[in-house]
Amino acid sequence: MARARTKIYKTSAGEVVYGMMAEFATPADTFHAAEKMRDAGYTRWDVYAPFAIHGIDEAMGLKTSRVPLLCGILGLSGAGLGYLFQWWVSHQAYPMVVQGKPYGAWQPFMPIIFEFGVIFTSFTALLSMMAFNRLPMWHHPLLKKERFLRTSDDRFVICVESADSKFDPDGTRKLLEKCGGYNVDLVED
Amino acid sequence: MSALHPDELTARRLAGDEPPADRARKFDPVTKDGTIIDDPSVRAPLVLGDRSIGDVTRIICGYVEQKPGSWWLPAFGVVSHVAALAGIMILYLAITGVGVWGLNNQVDWAWDITNFVFWIGIGHAGTLISAILCLLKQKWRTSINRAAEAMTIFAVICAATYPGIHVGRMWMAWMMFPIPNANAIWPNFRSPLLWDLFAVSTYGTVSLLFWYMGMIPDFATLRDRAVLRLMKNPDGGPRVLPFLAVRVDTLRAYIYGALSVGWRFSSRHWQHYEKAYLILAGISTPLVLSVHSIVSFDFATSVLPGWHATIFPPYFVAGAIFGGFAMVLLLMIPARELYPNMKDLITVRHLENMAKIILVTGSMVGFAYAMEFFIAWYSGSKYEADVFVYNRLMPPFFAGEDGKYAPYWWAYWSMIFCNVISPQVFWFKAFRTSAFWIFVVSFLVTIGMWFERFVIIVTSLHQAFVPGEWGMFFPTPVDILTFTGTVGIFVTLFMLFLRFLPAFAMSEIKNCLPSASPHHHGDGNGHDHGHDHGHKPAPAGGGHH
Repeated sequence: MARARTKIYKTSAGEVVYGMMAEFATPADTFHAAEKMRDAGYTRWDVYAPFAIHGIDEAMGLKTSRVPLLCGILGLSGAGLGYLFQWWVSHQAYPMVVQGKPYGAWQPFMPIIFEFGVIFTSFTALLSMMAFNRLPMWHHPLLKKERFLRTSDDRFVICVESADSKFDPDGTRKLLEKCGGYNVDLVED
Repeated sequence: MSALHPDELTARRLAGDEPPADRARKFDPVTKDGTIIDDPSVRAPLVLGDRSIGDVTRIICGYVEQKPGSWWLPAFGVVSHVAALAGIMILYLAITGVGVWGLNNQVDWAWDITNFVFWIGIGHAGTLISAILCLLKQKWRTSINRAAEAMTIFAVICAATYPGIHVGRMWMAWMMFPIPNANAIWPNFRSPLLWDLFAVSTYGTVSLLFWYMGMIPDFATLRDRAVLRLMKNPDGGPRVLPFLAVRVDTLRAYIYGALSVGWRFSSRHWQHYEKAYLILAGISTPLVLSVHSIVSFDFATSVLPGWHATIFPPYFVAGAIFGGFAMVLLLMIPARELYPNMKDLITVRHLENMAKIILVTGSMVGFAYAMEFFIAWYSGSKYEADVFVYNRLMPPFFAGEDGKYAPYWWAYWSMIFCNVISPQVFWFKAFRTSAFWIFVVSFLVTIGMWFERFVIIVTSLHQAFVPGEWGMFFPTPVDILTFTGTVGIFVTLFMLFLRFLPAFAMSEIKNCLPSASPHHHGDGNGHDHGHDHGHKPAPAGGGHH
């Protein structure tokens, strides 16, 4: 995916264009429009909806999220760390005879190994979700757009970035309208 | 030129120019509000009143953005003063010592640990609703999960107070944590008390993460609504204080904006978000089952008759879910009476489902009580049998010729009445679909679950092996007021939650509306077509040029 901007577009007022957004009436319309945008070969575009439309990731052709993989790796590492920590405390740093059991017996460490695993998995889930999504990002061109802000209520929006190699002010507009989009508008950067 | 919206009326509704009509519904004695449907092929609506996606936003954001009823401030004044009692009592305890409580050398765990287990148990319903019901794809959870998760966190806060203050020298409470200290002492990882510390702090942290992550999109909705109002009218809207030139909406835009971490409802974001949410639900499920299991180890790994039982972990977990659901209902039944339109979100079917869970878990708890007796008899241990008969069960009017009876028999029988007998009314549909009776039973169950912990802790301790260990426990006013204070803390935090945070998971509720389905083409019937993915795309609206 080419990150570099191939061409810089400007509005009639001279503002740099971030992309082009269109509204859609229903989740169904948005879903079908997403399929068409995907098939048209766009890469730097996104569907904005007040909730996760069921199956939209397939309609957009998104790759599977790697959040679960990271959670698995870090969760198990956390559990391992929990064991090592308890072993170090009970066997190395402060060995203490309790009920005549071996210092490093793993059985009584299980509850805390589990808790370590859980806490690592949970933090990984939240933080990797934010990292993959590049959040926190309090400033974004779309968030300055009055009509876009209604997405958080009940609007459905598709926005194609001008950085997309297939972006073309006329062609993209025509495609968005053909997919059922209305209120097609440029978004200033 | 962009195309016009295909449907003029929908456009007006979406723009908020067409307020939803007041849809008065008739109350049917059989289907109640229309959600009690016996036909399994008919899906009961989750949100009543034919609400659009925008209606859901308006109703839920309205709880935060509009002034609450006139009842709010007086009620908040009362509960926050009650909450302050806890602070005063803890201060008094700190400067005087644990002697201000009624516990003694014989009963050395009493109300402190009773209240700790009581509160930590309350929290379990929240995690059960948000995690286990999420994995089971129970969509009705969406309208109660946020409040239940909030309740979990507030209950954990109340619970965590007690271990901290009951250690006596509470300024040494940090020694519970495995951190390097000047004496080079490390805690004993073989102790269930340390497991408990880890379990409860993990539980609190994970519940907080889960709760916060669920609220990110809803914070963004509140942020956007405030920003839109400011865009429309930069100098309008109420001020924070009359003499302060800061608008409430400016404050909302900044605070909710910061909390929303710049969420912009991108589907690429939703994809990672949903996966992360599922993982949190998946990991919270064993967590919620483990927390109360570990709490029960505090007792079960000891050798005290009445505590030393292998049934404790599942018995505690069932009891925790039981008591937690009762608390959710105790909070939500008054809330749905007091807040406008909340009955459309929390329908009679929600109440009925929770009543069914109370019936099931209450019967499980009843089974556990019976099984404890069976094992006490079957084990042949006289100490074990005597704990059940002479520490708990025997009322004075049934005492034999030796005149021996259980001094705390009234606590035991209150527990049996509240926990085992009272939920049995939910076998009858009329009771489990009546908000009034559900509230009454929930109240009894909450009392009963408190008594359960009191029975387990105090009655097992007060007459142990030798008569030198025998003694009665009576609570002092400090005991009683500290507990009352934590109830105040709990209710105060819950009222603040309803006032300032999105009390319902908006984006999840919207996703459960029939119109949110990608296969719903607005044919007016509101039913699902059940198409599979990849079917031929329908003409989208058809209004474009």
